Amino acid sequence: MEFFLISMLNSISYGLLLFMLSSGLTIIFSMMGVLNFAHASFYMLGAYFAYQISGWIGFWPALAIAPLLVGAVGMAVERYGLRTVHKFGHVAELLFTFGLAYLIDEAVHLIWGRSSVPYAVPPSLDGAAFTLFSTEYPIYRVFMMAVSISMLIGIYLTLTRSRIGLVIQAALTHPQTVETLGHNVPRVFMLVFGGGSALAGLAGVIGGNAFITEPGMAAAVGPIVFVVVVVGGMGSLVGAFLASLLIGVIQTFSVALDYSFVNLFAKLGITIGPNTPLAALWDLTISQTAPVLPYLLMVLMLIFRPKGILGTREG
Amino acid sequence: MARLKYRPLNLGRWLVWGGTALLMILLPQILTAGFTLTLLSQIGVGIIFALSYNMLLGQGGMLSFGHAVYSGMGAYFTVHALNLISKGAFYFPVTLTPLIGGVAGAFFGVIFGYVTTKKSGTTFAMISLGIGEMVAACSLMFAGFFGGEAGISTNRVIGEAFLGISYGPSIQVYYLIVGWALICMVAMFAWTQTPLGRMANAVRDNPERAEFVGYDTHMVRFLTLVISGFFAGIAGGLSCINYEIVTAENVGALRSAGVLIATFIGGAGFFFGPIIGSIVFFTMVTAIGSITQAWAFYLGLLFLVIVLYAPGGFASLIAMHVPVIKARLMRRLWLPYSAALATGIALLAGLVSVVEMTYHFSTEAGANPNMKLFGLAFNVTHAAPWAVASALLVGGFIISRFAWNLVGRTWADIVHILQEQSA
Repeated sequence: MEFFLISMLNSISYGLLLFMLSSGLTIIFSMMGVLNFAHASFYMLGAYFAYQISGWIGFWPALAIAPLLVGAVGMAVERYGLRTVHKFGHVAELLFTFGLAYLIDEAVHLIWGRSSVPYAVPPSLDGAAFTLFSTEYPIYRVFMMAVSISMLIGIYLTLTRSRIGLVIQAALTHPQTVETLGHNVPRVFMLVFGGGSALAGLAGVIGGNAFITEPGMAAAVGPIVFVVVVVGGMGSLVGAFLASLLIGVIQTFSVALDYSFVNLFAKLGITIGPNTPLAALWDLTISQTAPVLPYLLMVLMLIFRPKGILGTREG
Repeated sequence: MARLKYRPLNLGRWLVWGGTALLMILLPQILTAGFTLTLLSQIGVGIIFALSYNMLLGQGGMLSFGHAVYSGMGAYFTVHALNLISKGAFYFPVTLTPLIGGVAGAFFGVIFGYVTTKKSGTTFAMISLGIGEMVAACSLMFAGFFGGEAGISTNRVIGEAFLGISYGPSIQVYYLIVGWALICMVAMFAWTQTPLGRMANAVRDNPERAEFVGYDTHMVRFLTLVISGFFAGIAGGLSCINYEIVTAENVGALRSAGVLIATFIGGAGFFFGPIIGSIVFFTMVTAIGSITQAWAFYLGLLFLVIVLYAPGGFASLIAMHVPVIKARLMRRLWLPYSAALATGIALLAGLVSVVEMTYHFSTEAGANPNMKLFGLAFNVTHAAPWAVASALLVGGFIISRFAWNLVGRTWADIVHILQEQSA
């Protein structure tokens, strides 16, 4: 029970972090039809910016400044990069963001070095929030959840209640009409791209010190975020939310479970030795397969339900 | 009834292929520096790999982010085959072992391809990425087959030497690679001329129309992927013979990214594009990689510049100039090009200085603030070098914009003249 509750809390906080990344990606995708490969790189930039800024003026200003900086970088990328390649089609846009991801990775290598940086949780958030059975649950995890949830509510209110949110929603489906009504749609695109990047940056600020801030963090989280977007259904925010939590649960629980087919067969009265056919496969424990599970889920999803959980269109 | 058809000897084609073959055979005799043979072997394998990748990207319109899966699996099957042959489990000539890799690549093409090729475009890109990550993650799970962190090593010198060929010296391996590269290049070029190759182009350009004509676009894409997997597997097998070790890197995301970058830099729209791309890519990696740690940054930058300003790659830049040369209009371009080159060099010098100084500053400024760049020694903690570098960068950027405007105007004139001539 204790294991279950703690893991559940961890998966929710991880899932919410994933959602901060995938929500920006999903909005950008539904708006521009392009999957932003560099999205996870913005996440990494957020973590590194926060590390640098918190070294100068502390964590709390960094929490606000780093995402804004990342958002500014995102807007510049949209304005001077994506808009230029837009005329060459989606493949060119995808390639552009791919090249950008590569370049940001290398720039991070060059500026901050190849090993991880000591970006630590601020002392005011260090410690236990509450004790569940015998495990102390860290305040920082609770803080992460609070930031993610307030972010979530913020996005929801912006998209449904504010004027700019309504323009964004309209521009998603009818860009020409919105333009005819006198709104500057390219600028809306730029703002959305910047906003999505800022969200990724915020996820980096709070995720960077919860996990680890290193140059490989973008490559580690990027494909997972794509899995979330594909499993949730391309372009569906609610789908991305469900998929984020699902992937969070899968990844958190699977690392901790040490069962394999051998145990299962043993319960059924079959013993598996090293000479049984496919012994290497039956011997694998769930925790060993943990890195593969999200991708397996994605491939299975694409075979049986290509639309994703709540997607409206295929591809 | 046999069809009688008169076909003139295609002299140009024979010259191009013959020249390529001759060049590949003679190059190691001309360039004798220590690293060239390694580099040439890399380029040879890279050409096969990039051409197989371009079957998907260029001919089939499928942007794959996981092509290393097929070459990597080909390499793993070849390495296991070589180890089994040396144990005497079965007999197979080493010369033909890349075929085992090819069959393995095609096999995994059949397994993964059916799912991935249902759609093209973004969906295909996503699934190929997912499959690539899945296989890369598997490679650390099944240590028996993939060899875990250390990989699997082998010995290519097996059995008795045949006609003095033992594949011990690397020059013999180079010629093995050249032989395979030539066969694969011809085969892949021939493939573009087959009905399937033509249909792949049709499915790339207008899948809806291809379906209306009665072709199954899914099937066309699937077959293209399987054949592409076959050639990628051959490349993998050759790299296994070349290095005598196969590690998880061979199926990793970086390898997939590398082949994408090489192909795109060369030009996906032309058959010979990936060949140029491989040459540029591996020369850059080896030559710049030996000078500076920041080589990957420059490579990424080159890739972005190509995506933004020359999406057809180097091949399209070459092809653009052919009609200009034929119309004897090149002389108009020399002046704008020299201006662009001169300002470009200033811009590049500024960029390289800023990148190198940043790198030096972040890594070892505390221990050793002095560095040397372009033959000049200076201290990176002083403001003066930074001022010079940023002045070069910003100034170079501004004046190169003027130069490029001049190039653009001249090109517009030339296009106008060409149109008038053809009208």
